[in-house]
Amino acid sequence: MNDTQLILTMFAAVGLGTPLIFATVGEIITERAGILNLGVQGMMLIGAVTGFWGTFQTGNLVFGVVIAMVCGAALSAVHAFTSITLRVNQIVSGLALALFGSGLASFLGRAGSEPLVGHPSRAQFEPIFTGGIADIPIVGPLLFGHDPLVYLSWLVAGAASYYLFRTRMGLSLRAVGEDPASAEAAGVHVSKVRYVHVLIGGALAGLGGAYFSLALTPTWQDDPIGAAGWIAIALVILASWRPWRAVFAAYLFGAAERVQFTLQTLGEPWSDIPSTLLAMLPFILAIIAMIVLTSGKRARLLGAPSALGVPYFREQR
Amino acid sequence: MTTDAPTDAETDLAVELRNVDKAFYGVKANDNVNFRLARGEVHALLGENGAGKSTLCSILAGLYRPDAGEMFLNGAPTVFKSPKDALASGVGMIYQHFRLVPNLTVAENFALGHPSTGIRLDQKKLQEEAAELGDRYGLPIDPSARIWQLSVGEQQRVEILKLLYRNVDVLILDEPTAVLTPQESKQLFKTMRQMADEGRSVIFVSHKLREVKEVSDSVTVLRHGRNVGGVATADAEAEDLARMMVGRDLVLPARTDTTQPGSVVLAVTDLRVEGDRGLEVVSGVSFEVRAGEIVGIAGVSGNGQRELALGLNGLRTPTAGRVFITNFDVTKASVLAHIYAGMSYVPQNRLGVGLAPGLTTEENLALKAFRQPPYSRGRRLVPSAFRSEGARQIEQYDVRGVRPGLPIRLLSGGNLQKALIAREIEMGPKVLILHSPTRGLDVGATQTVRQLALAERARGVGVLLISEDLDELLALSDRLLVMYEGEIVGQMNTEDATAERLGLLMAGKRQGEQT
Ligand SMILES: Nc1ncnc2c1ncn2[C@@H]1O[C@H](COP(=O)(O)OP(=O)(O)OP(=O)(O)O)[C@@H](O)[C@H]1O
Ligand SMILES: [Mg+2]
Repeated sequence: MNDTQLILTMFAAVGLGTPLIFATVGEIITERAGILNLGVQGMMLIGAVTGFWGTFQTGNLVFGVVIAMVCGAALSAVHAFTSITLRVNQIVSGLALALFGSGLASFLGRAGSEPLVGHPSRAQFEPIFTGGIADIPIVGPLLFGHDPLVYLSWLVAGAASYYLFRTRMGLSLRAVGEDPASAEAAGVHVSKVRYVHVLIGGALAGLGGAYFSLALTPTWQDDPIGAAGWIAIALVILASWRPWRAVFAAYLFGAAERVQFTLQTLGEPWSDIPSTLLAMLPFILAIIAMIVLTSGKRARLLGAPSALGVPYFREQR
Repeated sequence: MTTDAPTDAETDLAVELRNVDKAFYGVKANDNVNFRLARGEVHALLGENGAGKSTLCSILAGLYRPDAGEMFLNGAPTVFKSPKDALASGVGMIYQHFRLVPNLTVAENFALGHPSTGIRLDQKKLQEEAAELGDRYGLPIDPSARIWQLSVGEQQRVEILKLLYRNVDVLILDEPTAVLTPQESKQLFKTMRQMADEGRSVIFVSHKLREVKEVSDSVTVLRHGRNVGGVATADAEAEDLARMMVGRDLVLPARTDTTQPGSVVLAVTDLRVEGDRGLEVVSGVSFEVRAGEIVGIAGVSGNGQRELALGLNGLRTPTAGRVFITNFDVTKASVLAHIYAGMSYVPQNRLGVGLAPGLTTEENLALKAFRQPPYSRGRRLVPSAFRSEGARQIEQYDVRGVRPGLPIRLLSGGNLQKALIAREIEMGPKVLILHSPTRGLDVGATQTVRQLALAERARGVGVLLISEDLDELLALSDRLLVMYEGEIVGQMNTEDATAERLGLLMAGKRQGEQT
């Protein structure tokens, strides 16, 4: 690889990583409340299709994004209800949500007399800065060559970080995920905190989904997001439940994804490797990172919320 | 104890409960309870394990919603939907099992749920406020320490200050002294008095009648969920209170004979064990326990007792030293090998280490012996044996409140302990380790547990009794060892021991240094 390729890879990593940042930060917020929502894939797909639809109808990108977030949150509300109010097994509920969301998104893409499938988007997110600072070598494109949602993703990660560790509400959120009984005794409304943050997580997953259909590949196709929802769940662990680390984890993954494409175009001997094997690269990377991070004494420092996945019932003993 | 112009007794009530009912799974934990708490008093709540004390307290604190009944706060009808409501109305509770978030700091625990305005969490300001509050009440704390780093005594201090930070008028303390050293209890009583003198009301739950006599103004007694009467503390002797609680006279058993102990069943030489955080907390401990004697280990909790017990029964492999059960070297052996060599262990942490909270009582009773007949035939389990053996042991060891098919964690503390001891004794051990066996137990259950320990001794079992309760150590042990900072700092025959002498050793004054 030469220099241009390196920059190209890094630039592409930012693009591929951006939807993952939204979804991962969303899932971090959800899990910090003690709720495991494995339905990210479903929520992202719903966000992708409704966001695309919203922009398709109005030509307005912001409207599409808002619709995607609302619909992502709406889907997560189902999970919130089953896991917080009904206290069913969160893994089962989350997996059901993933399957349901995927099916529904695919159906919505084909439904109606004028199905969305195959259509290009009426609008798409473009880089904000053209010329000027964006043309500075290397740092220009890497820092200033992106579309608005990339900058929004940095803002979201920064804001989530501040919220979690520097605000009173963030303190309640962390306490609810660690030890809901103690939080309740201290006067925190555990269910309310959990509901709110599951919805926030859903909205961010929806936003991540919309990034695919409105920025990365602005056409509606049946399988627009790959396995991004599942990857986001893994990245939460990789990021050890800290929003800032999610940015780096997402870009690392984005880079790995990009590198496998680049390798395929490099010619001999790389092109001899079956592309299906290369496609595994990012996942192998994720697995290795997880093993390294979660093995031995480091696991305890990881910071998984202690009450993650455990239903809470005030009068339980 | 003064309020603004109390016209009659009614207006002087801080809290009143009328006809309160609360049932769990069809069992009435509170049955038509009436309860009155005056302003400026320390009010003790007494009752056997499972009598419904914690339930009543939790209703007052808004944690449980009563099935029926009314509550009046300062004379006005009130409904608490959550602890948040209760705290906002000035009612706060310190639970039997502390409610502090372990990996947050002291100051963060103060701020948690606090209704102050502002969204920013100002760590520096919070820590200053926390430290200042601690100084004001003579309860020093380190506001930047994380809860898991604190001893139970310190954690309790944090709990009290947390409620004072909320400025509560009614303070509920559910068995606060069960985990405290005598000195810490003394300090707590002082704080309670101070709060009562400020016009606040304190509810105090305890099984120790001596403490109730010492600190409370009045007493309410619960039995089987019902209020069976209240008295002014000054009007009742400890024996009267015990009779009200259990409905009969009680004498706590003590060792009376001095038998000649037999051969050595447990020999420990220069044992070293690490604590949870990798530091050595048992530093070269050596002692022997002979058949038919009870050896007591006194010491303030956190001086390595827990790790010593873990090291002795294989739950944690010692870093150095030797452990022999009779003449088997079990130093590095598995837990199962320890069990087969004849060691039984009643840990301090009954639920979790001792019992599996989610399994039924029958299953828990068989948890160690299930590999052998009658519980299994070959590789197959025999369900009927679980039932019949379970029923026999539940009957024989007087485990009350067992509901078939429901998890054991629903039992009250005393009954959990009886079930646990039943299982350990049924293994027919040569060595029995008892760690704080009567902590949190009512007088009746304490009596049963002490009798069981003495019966095992009479049967020729070597008993190692690890405890902070000096009365109990002096009543049961043949010999006493004192543990301080991971070492044995003193040894004596019980005949030569006094509470004062033990207290000094427990505080770290070595035998030679005493005058
Ligand atoms: N959350 C709960 N779920 C189910 N059963 C419960 C619950 N809380 C209490 N009980 C049952 O209600 C009864 C009263 O329990 P409670 O904890 O109030 O007793 P207690 O007087 O505090 O006993 P102890 O001295 O052991 O603390 C017991 O039979 C107990 O098993
Ligand atoms: Mg209780």
